[in-house]
Amino acid sequence: MNVVVLAGGLSYERDVSLRSGRRVLDALRTVGVEAEMRDADVSLLPALLSDRPDAVFIALHGSTGEDGSLRGVLELCGVPYVGPDAFASRLAWDKPSAKAVLREHHIPTPDWVALPHDRFSELGAVAVLDRIVARLGLPLMVKPAQGGSGLGATVVRDASALPAAMVSCFAYDQTALIERYAEGVDVAVSIVDLGEGPIALPPVEIVPSNGVYDYAARYTAGLTTWHAPARLADAVSESVVATALDAHKSLGLRDLSRVDLIVGPDGSTNVLEVNVSPGMTETSLLPMAVQAAGMDLGEVLVQIVRRAAGRQ
Amino acid sequence: MSETGGTTLDDYTDRYAHRVRGMTASEIRALFAVANRPEVVSLAGGMPYVAALPLDTVGSMIGELVAQQGDTALQYGLGQGMLELRERICELMADVGIDARVGASPDDVVVTVGGQQALDLVARLFLDPGDVVLAEGPTYVGALGVFQAAQARVVHIPMDDEGLIPEALEEALVRYRAKFLYTIPTYQNPAGVTLTEQRRERVLEMCERAGLLVIEDDPYGRLGFNEEAPLPLRARRRDGVFYLSTFSKTFAPGLRVGWILAPHAVRDKLVMTTEANILCPSNFAQSVITTYLRTMPWREQLKGYQQIYGERRDAMLTALADLMPEGTNWTRPGGGLFVWATLPDGLDSKAMVPRAIAARVAYVPGTGFYADGSGQRHMRLNFSYPTPERIREGVRRLAGVVEQEAAMRAVFQEAL
Repeated sequence: MNVVVLAGGLSYERDVSLRSGRRVLDALRTVGVEAEMRDADVSLLPALLSDRPDAVFIALHGSTGEDGSLRGVLELCGVPYVGPDAFASRLAWDKPSAKAVLREHHIPTPDWVALPHDRFSELGAVAVLDRIVARLGLPLMVKPAQGGSGLGATVVRDASALPAAMVSCFAYDQTALIERYAEGVDVAVSIVDLGEGPIALPPVEIVPSNGVYDYAARYTAGLTTWHAPARLADAVSESVVATALDAHKSLGLRDLSRVDLIVGPDGSTNVLEVNVSPGMTETSLLPMAVQAAGMDLGEVLVQIVRRAAGRQ
Repeated sequence: MSETGGTTLDDYTDRYAHRVRGMTASEIRALFAVANRPEVVSLAGGMPYVAALPLDTVGSMIGELVAQQGDTALQYGLGQGMLELRERICELMADVGIDARVGASPDDVVVTVGGQQALDLVARLFLDPGDVVLAEGPTYVGALGVFQAAQARVVHIPMDDEGLIPEALEEALVRYRAKFLYTIPTYQNPAGVTLTEQRRERVLEMCERAGLLVIEDDPYGRLGFNEEAPLPLRARRRDGVFYLSTFSKTFAPGLRVGWILAPHAVRDKLVMTTEANILCPSNFAQSVITTYLRTMPWREQLKGYQQIYGERRDAMLTALADLMPEGTNWTRPGGGLFVWATLPDGLDSKAMVPRAIAARVAYVPGTGFYADGSGQRHMRLNFSYPTPERIREGVRRLAGVVEQEAAMRAVFQEAL
């Protein structure tokens, strides 16, 4: 089998993507798959069309890899790829849209409002921010409507810090998602489909040493403690897994995804977001979950890639 | 992976030396990962335009060198560096007034792995944890890294268009008992300003009076455009000034060859320190540079660099004047590689980086050039590497980014 691993791209997460790509490449080669890594640049389409791979593994994070656009182009080329199709990918990538779908399916997600920066200039920032605080309360989580790796995200515990959080969020995106901050334990559930429908791998619990799972905490080994499986009571763990699977299905995803949740002190579960191109770096959650399940990353990926190749 | 204790994915967490505990993945560094894609106009680098070198001829020269002198060029060498190179370095320094009259001798030159190792040697020799170093504000980011690794405290001395401000230096000399003054007096990185003739003497007098050692870093002194740079500080004093320079900007940074000219007594300690540190600088790289200086028209080549960079500096200054929004200021360097720009009040160049990356332009935020995290309103722009057309396009994009950021700040101004 011949696989092209796509990594790099022009998004804010290029560096993370290159690391994910190399990890996927190594894992696939270990199990005997012929794999090469390519960037999403002008050389890509000629290469894919002249030397068609059996499948493309999208290790691109950020807009190109996750907003569905590149997947649409691969569909135009008739090249099969791993992961959700263009439509589902776009839906999951846009956090406000994804949250709306989750809510429609009665999957718990924190209350939110999504606003482009234009609304603030038209209606007056002070008035709009006042309403947000009055309605959603404090603390709040402010993050770009589209994006990952915690970039541009801020926890706001005091209303006076909200304007600055908005400004730094709008440096990353035109639209901000402001949601009620859910207190609790950060948990990520990786979902893979090895041929018999989506299954959840053991939940991974995230304990950042400084309390915030920001960019540094995500990608500096030593700054975060991960527990795999998460230290949850059996009943809570079951509920977390069921919720994650519901989220994956409700968004029409396939092959693999990672669902990020918060488990409250009372065992309640809230879905924060769903990733269609989960990180695969040394400190990423999906590879950790694979290991916790007693599986081999290469073996898992090759099965997913085979399924994708079969969609030719 | 433990099921109960969890993992941090780093089994060495508790064993690291205290000084490296603050090292973490950086959001800003990650954002720069796209800067080398062709879609992005990078004004962020500090790279010389080595494509201007006659690469075929240099290639043949290196081939012949290995064929004819490979047995020495590929061998270990002296910790102090090759004698012929040190002699040629003295010829170079004599061009700018650092000659036998002020005590320059090949015996007192130590060849280093780029100017960076010269800085590291100085820090290893002179700095204890907690020591104070005076440096221009802003200053070279690589020097800050070295001083921080030595756990020294950097106190910045502000500059204006004429370089280091003597009154500010005087104040710092009274207030702090510093180990040395680190200065890049000519075409400073990142500010692009040059310490004027008049101020050079004043600064030297002040330091002499205070008994303060001066570390003069001069990578750019020979990269003046249509002007002769003032003579280096070391050309004016036999004692009290250590002189550091490099072939990175005048020839090629990939070879990693620099040097330090130090007093005789210190020279031995430098050699012992470098031997403990790297054993010896690359004999191969030294042989390449020695042969280049001996056989090739390097002065002409240097003029080529000066001309190219001069045109690019002009392109940048013109583009900045034509395109940048009101309230933005910048320096007008007479040489070197960089322009230092100051944004309108209230803007933060570091916070603006993602917006710039989205607009496909990159720069270095000013905060990297200060030990205390200040410099938010500033940015360093490089003109040596991109072509004049790319520079103008980069500035056009940057101007748009500054305008958007200013508009965004204005929206939230009342609430901030």
